[in-house]
Amino acid sequence: MSNQTARGKSTLDYEKIVETEDFKALVKRKQTFSRPYVIFFFAAYFLLPLLTGYTKILETPAIGYLTWTWIYAFSMFVMVWVFTSIYMNKAKHFDNDVDKIIEKNVLK
Amino acid sequence: MSWISYVIFFAVIALTLYITYWAAKQTTTASDFYTAGGSLTGWQNGMAIAGDYLSAASFLGIAGAISLNGFDGFYYSIGWLTAYLVVLFLIAEPLRNLGKFTMADMIGARFGAKKVRGAAALNTITIVMFYMLAQLVGAGALIKLLFGIEYWIAVLIVGTMMLIYVLFGGMTATSWVQIVKAILLMAGTIVISFLVLLKFNFNFIGMFDAMRTATPHGEAFLHSGVVYKDTIGLISVLIALVLGTAGLPHILMRFFTVKDAKTARSSVIYSVWIIGIFYVMTIFLGFGAAKFVGADAIIAENAAGNMAAPMLAGVLGGDALESFVAAVAFATILAVVAGLVLSGASAIAHDLYGQIIKNGNVTEKQQVNAARIASILIGVFSILLALGSEKLNVAFLVSLAFCVAASANVPTILMTIYWKRFNTTGAVASMLTGLIVALVLVAISPSVMSPVEGATLITGNPIFPYANPAIISVPAGFLAAVIGTLVSSKRHEKDEVAYAEVRFKAETGYKELDN
Repeated sequence: MSNQTARGKSTLDYEKIVETEDFKALVKRKQTFSRPYVIFFFAAYFLLPLLTGYTKILETPAIGYLTWTWIYAFSMFVMVWVFTSIYMNKAKHFDNDVDKIIEKNVLK
Repeated sequence: MSWISYVIFFAVIALTLYITYWAAKQTTTASDFYTAGGSLTGWQNGMAIAGDYLSAASFLGIAGAISLNGFDGFYYSIGWLTAYLVVLFLIAEPLRNLGKFTMADMIGARFGAKKVRGAAALNTITIVMFYMLAQLVGAGALIKLLFGIEYWIAVLIVGTMMLIYVLFGGMTATSWVQIVKAILLMAGTIVISFLVLLKFNFNFIGMFDAMRTATPHGEAFLHSGVVYKDTIGLISVLIALVLGTAGLPHILMRFFTVKDAKTARSSVIYSVWIIGIFYVMTIFLGFGAAKFVGADAIIAENAAGNMAAPMLAGVLGGDALESFVAAVAFATILAVVAGLVLSGASAIAHDLYGQIIKNGNVTEKQQVNAARIASILIGVFSILLALGSEKLNVAFLVSLAFCVAASANVPTILMTIYWKRFNTTGAVASMLTGLIVALVLVAISPSVMSPVEGATLITGNPIFPYANPAIISVPAGFLAAVIGTLVSSKRHEKDEVAYAEVRFKAETGYKELDN
């Protein structure tokens, strides 16, 4: 059964469920997973204009006349692709955890 | 225009009309109309998201911006792509889990008060109108250039086509037009990129070397700072780009056209790859246009550089390729405005009429009829506005749409999902503050005020120094959410759903059957 289609007949005791160890652990695992990535990509993103605006260090050539500005920009692309792949893989694990919680609290 | 141009052009129109005819047969319920019945698969929706995103602003705009301003044009590619991490990590799944048709549904899942839904609908309609006006004015100019027909006829053609897609085919037609267009656009861009690289003997590094002397900017073309001499102004633009995406109604609506959060997630992955690859190719389009068309010729055709990509196609591939690229650009605009009409119509028919005026007591038939009437209203109104706006600089309309989305929608979306204390007053305060601050600051910015007579709407020195006010208006939206929440003593408990329930549903996708 997929968690995303989980539907119950009636209103649940949400206050009680969100206090269960399982749910608290899930939320905590999700947050510990995503927080470093979110901080990192925002930091990397806003560091670029700071470096190009206030310094000249990115204007030196890296390979031929390809400057570090472009290398930095291409790294952002790689970062987006890598982070989305990591998220995708990790999300599958969370799906399983959610299934267990639904099973325990809703379908019993 | 040669005969081959007309053949390609009409082939594209015929294809999209056939899709609409096919889609019309399967559009009966409100859910079909707004969200294609949630029937799209991950890759289909991913292509449709990519299609929504690769609007004329992306395709014509970025290619032109890079060709004229070098690296500064590429900031758009970086910003819009990084925006997908914000959507994926923070918004996509909770939004899908809590909402039904619109962004207001998702906020309404926690705050039932009519003023909350009303404010969300107002923001949606505002963003849609600015964005659509920009696309329609741009489309009119493009077609006028390509076929030499009058601006007003061009706008009427685009307006009529978009209404046909939406009225008969709803979201199913709009989505499939997007998917087909995304494929055509990628194909065209790959061909041009290949031809550009061929000219540079497939020497990627050598291309950068050649660009040092190819433009009037010299070596500065390859560095940041041709346009964005002021770093604060640049950061402001980047804030709007990276956060604005997460608040654009027609992008958010895409998370409801799939069956569940898992599929929503996978569609983001597909679209990130397609859009990323496309944005890498914007370098070839921009560099190629700068080198082989030349800045003077590009500016002579259109001051903002919007015709750079079709002109480059003409230089490299002759009439056939230029017509193909122009037809794809036309299809791009049609598909994007159709998506915009739908998200605007959903705010009017579903949020304002269905939920606020009728308290949700509407039959399936009434809903679909209301959606069609709302589509006509919003379509006709935007066509009328576009007819009177030929001389308007469209770039600021697009940046305004992103800025309003980032300032007025994103703080409320994030706080609804993640902040336990957030309340009705905070939500309304944040949405209205973000909207008003963004609008007022743009109205007194260099985009609207210029000392040069006739360059902008108002002649005079700009009061606010930055063309894009996101650096002030986004923090204002967040601040209003916090202050509004903390100062309000009035409780809205009967209208507010307990945070525990919102949190549980957002994390798990659990839904009660009777909802």
